[in-house]
Amino acid sequence: MMAAAPLLEIEDLGLSYATEQGTLRAVDGVDLRLHRNEALAVLGESGCGKSSLAKTLLRTLPRNAYPPTGQLRLDGRDVLGLPEERFRREVRWVRIALVMQAAMNALNPVVRVGEQVAEPLRIHHRASRRQARQRAAEAFEEVGIPTDFLRRYPHELSGGMRQRAVLAMALVTEPDLVLLDEPTSALDVLTQASIMNVLKRIKHERGVSFVFITHDVATASELADRVALMYAGQVVEAASARAFFSEPAHPYSRLLMASVPRLYQEQPPSSIPGRPPSLLDPPAGCRFAERCPWAFERCSEPPPMIPCGERRQARCWLHHSPGGAR
Amino acid sequence: MTPWLQGLARLRQYPSALAGLGIIALLVAMAVYAVTAIPYSEARELWRGGEAWQDLPTNASPVWTDRLLGGNAPRTIRVATDDVVMEQERYEGVRLQRAVLPVDFPYGGFPQEINLFVESQFDERQPFVRLTWRTPDGESIPLDARRVGESERISISQDRQLESRLGFTPQVGLFTDAEPGADDPQVRQGTYELVIEAIQFEETATLDANLVVYGQVHGLFGTDHKRRDLTVALLWGTPVALAFGLLAAVGTTLTTLIIAATGVWFGGWVDAVIQRLTEINIILPLLPILVMVGTLYSTSIWLMLGVVVVLGIFSAGIKMYRSMLLPIREAPYIEAARAYGAGNARIILRYLVPRILPVLIPTFVTLIPTYVFLEASLAVLGLGDPVLPTWGKILNDAQAQSALYHGFYYWVLAPAALLMLTGLGFAMLGFALDRIFNPRLRNV
Repeated sequence: MMAAAPLLEIEDLGLSYATEQGTLRAVDGVDLRLHRNEALAVLGESGCGKSSLAKTLLRTLPRNAYPPTGQLRLDGRDVLGLPEERFRREVRWVRIALVMQAAMNALNPVVRVGEQVAEPLRIHHRASRRQARQRAAEAFEEVGIPTDFLRRYPHELSGGMRQRAVLAMALVTEPDLVLLDEPTSALDVLTQASIMNVLKRIKHERGVSFVFITHDVATASELADRVALMYAGQVVEAASARAFFSEPAHPYSRLLMASVPRLYQEQPPSSIPGRPPSLLDPPAGCRFAERCPWAFERCSEPPPMIPCGERRQARCWLHHSPGGAR
Repeated sequence: MTPWLQGLARLRQYPSALAGLGIIALLVAMAVYAVTAIPYSEARELWRGGEAWQDLPTNASPVWTDRLLGGNAPRTIRVATDDVVMEQERYEGVRLQRAVLPVDFPYGGFPQEINLFVESQFDERQPFVRLTWRTPDGESIPLDARRVGESERISISQDRQLESRLGFTPQVGLFTDAEPGADDPQVRQGTYELVIEAIQFEETATLDANLVVYGQVHGLFGTDHKRRDLTVALLWGTPVALAFGLLAAVGTTLTTLIIAATGVWFGGWVDAVIQRLTEINIILPLLPILVMVGTLYSTSIWLMLGVVVVLGIFSAGIKMYRSMLLPIREAPYIEAARAYGAGNARIILRYLVPRILPVLIPTFVTLIPTYVFLEASLAVLGLGDPVLPTWGKILNDAQAQSALYHGFYYWVLAPAALLMLTGLGFAMLGFALDRIFNPRLRNV
């Protein structure tokens, strides 16, 4: 439907960690597509591999990670095979920026905020100290921090201010894609709301794409154009936000949506019994089968991503035959 | 306000730190004064000894020791013909020049030596000089009479003839009215005069004489066996000691820190190599290696500094810094820095190293005197820089001349006191800084 090549294409991406108990497959066969000025929410509970996905995109993997497998293309160009130094110079913060989880600790405690926000510019644009400070001040205004905060140290900022500063740092080099790794999870509701407003405004004004990684269905629904739901290292459903939130296709999506508390809802939110499988030794078939009330014989085979609508797939055998549920 | 400035401001709460800072300021002032008052090349030249020191007494005590004991030891008196009127008479073909040099002698002891330095300019015929000593009572004692060359030292106190005439060594006999050969001659105080009469055979010939009556005491710190004023070495020892201590401390701390951070950041075989090198280096003894380098190669202070720094690179500090840096490596802001494209060098130098610097400041400050002492120890062992005046060199000279056996305690006291003062100053500052920057010792 879109003529231009997608900004980001992820194909069959896999990532494993070496642990003492064995090899842990954190990301397993993930396919995702993101167009310009699109916001993709990667939803999932903790440990489902969504942060590992972000780390793979920016190659900030911990030391015990094996090299990722699969395809990763930016504007049609492969970035997974790029040598480390070229990746650092050409991709990090030039194309993809990251707003880290736990922004509280993402700032160096002994460096002034203004200086830190300007760091990427100093590195990538070889900006002079003055230029960098000027741009940092602009970025601060954009995310709604008074510019006199530039001279402060991280501990002198409130949590919301720090999160904004980290966001300013991600925007300062004008990347095409910003990864938001749980950007609001440690904040109170009011601060969350104001940060989300800033993000929406930036998306509207700047035309950046977002990959918004969160476990919070409510905040995801505010920003996302598309949603990818992850479960046990795999994407189980990829759909437009509207379709996903109104009519979830995968059983896990359905149960997840049912567990979200809503205003004006009669029955109390339900929980999903059981727990996700261990990624050290995932089940051979559908990974959700064990907890799935709709499970049937076919579920012992691993399901592929099955199209079930316009730009929409679900990893569930129920969608395989036209006679399946829905 | 930055944490650094806050830390420094907190120093005010520690009187010991202020005292330490005061001592360090004093030493720095001494060093600055030494370097500006006596340039490096001049200091080296002076310390070589020789003519520059010819009118200073040998092994003279500091003036204050005499004051302290209530004595009235003689000071050095210098009188030159330039200070008095030179009378001149002409005869046929010759000129007779006459100068009277007054020697005001109010002291309670005899001088150490008496020398007359004579300089004259002539074409062919040397002037003839006759010297007469006049006591305060007007008694005249004839001294030497001789031709003098262009530059000559007439050593009155070593005139054997005069000694036998007086019955005392000249420096005693000329200043006493005791009977010749008396056991306990007393000083006769008053104004003595040396009369110089010169016969010049040429119209343009000149004569300048400079009488030095050497005292028993000199200056603030006394002199050594080569008549050198110890002040020069004590003053110049300050910049040398501070520079050596500071450079060695900076050199070893910084390189060690950067290497430790490099090992921590890259991990793997880089870390392993650094750790093994450190373990080998820790068991190598520093002093014997320095002694070997000094004996076999060169005792230049800068070479020694280089060896100290090189051997200090893979020191035990690496282990300590490594343990402090390992948790910092895992900090989210380091990961963030990696994500926004900071290179390895940037992460090591701008993120890892500055994080542990505050904790290192006290160690660093207390490390400075360690190296000052090391340099002095080398000098005492005879491995000091041969041309540079340093505190260690003074101690080395004092030891070689058996200063303590001869009672020249001031020779050992002054450099030792300065060394101790240096240690004290830096230690007091360092301990206070430790209490400020080291979180475990911080007062809540």
